[in-house]
Amino acid sequence: MTIADPTLPLVPASAAAPSRQPSKFVDFCRQQPLGAASFLIIFAMMFAGIFSSLVAPYDPLTIDFASLLAPPSADHWCGTDAYGRDICSRLIYGARTALVIGFTSSFVGSSLGAILGIASAYFGGRIDAWIQRFVDVLLAFPLIVLALVVVAAFRKFSVGGVDINLIVAIAIPILPRVARVVRAAALSVRVAPYIAAARAAGYSHTRIIFRHMAPNVVAPYLIMLTAFIAQAILAEASLSFLGLGVTEPTAAWGLMLSGNAADFYRQAPWMILFPGVAISLAVFAFNLFGDSLRDFLDPRFKV
Amino acid sequence: MKISRRTALQGTAGALALGVSGFDWDFTKANAQAPNVKRGGVLNFAISAEAPHYDPAGSDTYATLHFAAPFYSTLLRFNLSKFPAVENDLTTSYTVAPDLMTYTFKLTPNVNFHDGTPLTSADVKATYDRMRNPPTGVVSTRQATFADIGSIETPDPLTVIFKMKAVNASMLEHFASPWNVIYSAKDLAENPAGPRTKINGTGPFIFVEHVKGSHVAGKKNDAYFKKGFPYLDGFKGIFTLQAAAMLNAVQGGQVLGEFRGISPAERDRLVQTMGDKIRIEESSWTLNLLVCFNVDKKPFDDVRVRRALLMAIDRWGGSVGLSKISTLRSVGGVIRPGSPFATPESELVKLPGFSKDIKKSREEAKKLLKEAGHENLKFTLWNRNLAMPYTPAGIFLVDQWRQIGVEVEHKQSDTGAYLATMNAGNHDVAIDFSNLFMDDSSLGLAKYLSIGRSPENRSRSKDETLDKIYDDHLRERDPEKRKAMIRAFEKRVFEQGYQQPLLWWHRIVPTHKTLMGWKMSPSHNLGQQLEDVWMNT
Repeated sequence: MTIADPTLPLVPASAAAPSRQPSKFVDFCRQQPLGAASFLIIFAMMFAGIFSSLVAPYDPLTIDFASLLAPPSADHWCGTDAYGRDICSRLIYGARTALVIGFTSSFVGSSLGAILGIASAYFGGRIDAWIQRFVDVLLAFPLIVLALVVVAAFRKFSVGGVDINLIVAIAIPILPRVARVVRAAALSVRVAPYIAAARAAGYSHTRIIFRHMAPNVVAPYLIMLTAFIAQAILAEASLSFLGLGVTEPTAAWGLMLSGNAADFYRQAPWMILFPGVAISLAVFAFNLFGDSLRDFLDPRFKV
Repeated sequence: MKISRRTALQGTAGALALGVSGFDWDFTKANAQAPNVKRGGVLNFAISAEAPHYDPAGSDTYATLHFAAPFYSTLLRFNLSKFPAVENDLTTSYTVAPDLMTYTFKLTPNVNFHDGTPLTSADVKATYDRMRNPPTGVVSTRQATFADIGSIETPDPLTVIFKMKAVNASMLEHFASPWNVIYSAKDLAENPAGPRTKINGTGPFIFVEHVKGSHVAGKKNDAYFKKGFPYLDGFKGIFTLQAAAMLNAVQGGQVLGEFRGISPAERDRLVQTMGDKIRIEESSWTLNLLVCFNVDKKPFDDVRVRRALLMAIDRWGGSVGLSKISTLRSVGGVIRPGSPFATPESELVKLPGFSKDIKKSREEAKKLLKEAGHENLKFTLWNRNLAMPYTPAGIFLVDQWRQIGVEVEHKQSDTGAYLATMNAGNHDVAIDFSNLFMDDSSLGLAKYLSIGRSPENRSRSKDETLDKIYDDHLRERDPEKRKAMIRAFEKRVFEQGYQQPLLWWHRIVPTHKTLMGWKMSPSHNLGQQLEDVWMNT
């Protein structure tokens, strides 16, 4: 007896014949125009982050006391800060910081959360109960409070200029939130006949979890991942604003709002205006993209 | 003679400038002459850093002193109305032998510690013995200062005689140091390290509580030996680690002042928002930030690397820019610029790291790094997470070193962790500070002595030549010869580049106008006993 691969769709071969169907991306753009617009913003942000050295007009760290607190002009599109550093260039480089910390912490938190959620659903019983109580404890703290505790409790540790402590601090609060959502989706997958078949065939738990269950909860995982990038960017900005995130002179949006921006915002409002807009826009774009992705991928929203 | 408006304005501006920068400016006259002192009330004031421990004798951060000074007394103290003149604190009188080899102090009778133990000459002896010969487990940052004391005699309970091994022309001022608070001999016998965690002084206020991350509180010592003092019922020093929080607290009246100092921008904000409710006092400051290399770590054991890094710093340009946004202002050597023994600018520019031709200086720096085989040098700069002026200094240094191709990671941490890292020698390069309470060279130069003599030398250097010049200069009573020795010392320090002042600070202190009796001085270490402070509310 052979067992069909449960991850493959059970459709007749004729139905899968190649036809001139619009690509998923075009479909997404048609169905979710706001999502497409937010994707454009994210793309621009990613482009700026990856190619910051080519895009930025100035070095973001170079001090120029002659241009201290210069208003927006042709030379400095977004003005300069209290050290005469070009704000536009710092915003562009700041996109890199936001994306690296935002994406990495969201990816780590969401992935670990998804694994925990699937394992919890798959094993059930005591293991499920223990995992869920642990998740309950973590969920009892607001995201930013838990991140604050973690970042304050551990010493700073960076690899290649990336603040690992900060990534872990933001990833930990994301973990239980994703675990809870993914568990709910995995519970329905767990009772599917192909999981029973896989168990009957004697597959290991790891194989069943990663090969047969995980691909079937990828939609909620992706949605959570995208939505939490926005939260992670906001958390990074908040922690940096509170002096617990990245340190000066690194270009980071939250950091640009703190420090001496508070001293000079009356005479140089551009010091807080542009970083504030950048944070808002990034959070808005990722949230909107996450929502659009959910609407696009979740079949219940298509009914 | 007709005086134009421009001339009149220039004259007024000049007079004001002289007034605020003058060293002998009497900041306190108005307060001291206040006719009707009002008693009572609890003074809330801001402390921008939390004390790493309670022991002033083992500390050099104001965070300890602003925390602990109201609980303690010293033998002598500085008279801030006539700074740098000294006056009695625990003493009723003192005499100095003409050869400067004997100092005799008569103590005030009937002084009690807060636990009720009477103060005697034995307490003074135990305190000074602990500072000059700290027992195992005790850190004394005053060890070098009191190394010249040969013996301490206590012929009766109210007399202390210090016999010197050698002349130290500045000894009297050191007896007035705010750091040398007197501990109970009984406490020290029980636990020599006790003052780090326990407070029992003879000061105007009794310790009530220290809530970590929040505040330190003290209540009036009704048995204080200076009758009629203190005026206040108590005080609360509130830790405001964020500058914005401190400013909001001052603005909102939750605290009536911050006695360390604020930046020009912060001053402007307070003046703009509080108008005539806020009092602003300014002075030059006996405090500088230092660039400090850990010579125990490679490649900072190489003088070429240290010199190259110092030569890359444009102090003159930096002072212009940083003075607009921070408390950093003057370029100077090891002695506060403008004070009698300071090196004049014409001589300073000839020393490594002080050239005004920064292009040439940086070219030389690059050559030195190449010679030393460290063209692509990378290191971590340790810094304190105090916004003012440590963060601007860190940002500035990172920028300066990038200009010679050096990559720097800037790490900032709380005062406790920052000091612990440096004291343990775990730093590569750090922004250290030289926190002085007077301009005397015996104090200013001590930080640069070999680590064995000066625990606050965080470059960990050992230099017998420097130690010898220092010792010789202490014995020298001719001011001109002493000045020449200070210059020789400074030249040697900068040529070796173990550590070097970045910039000297400018002190701006905001207090509510209802706060009376507090006295401004060029040092934020002085005048923090708060015994004669009162509130006009």
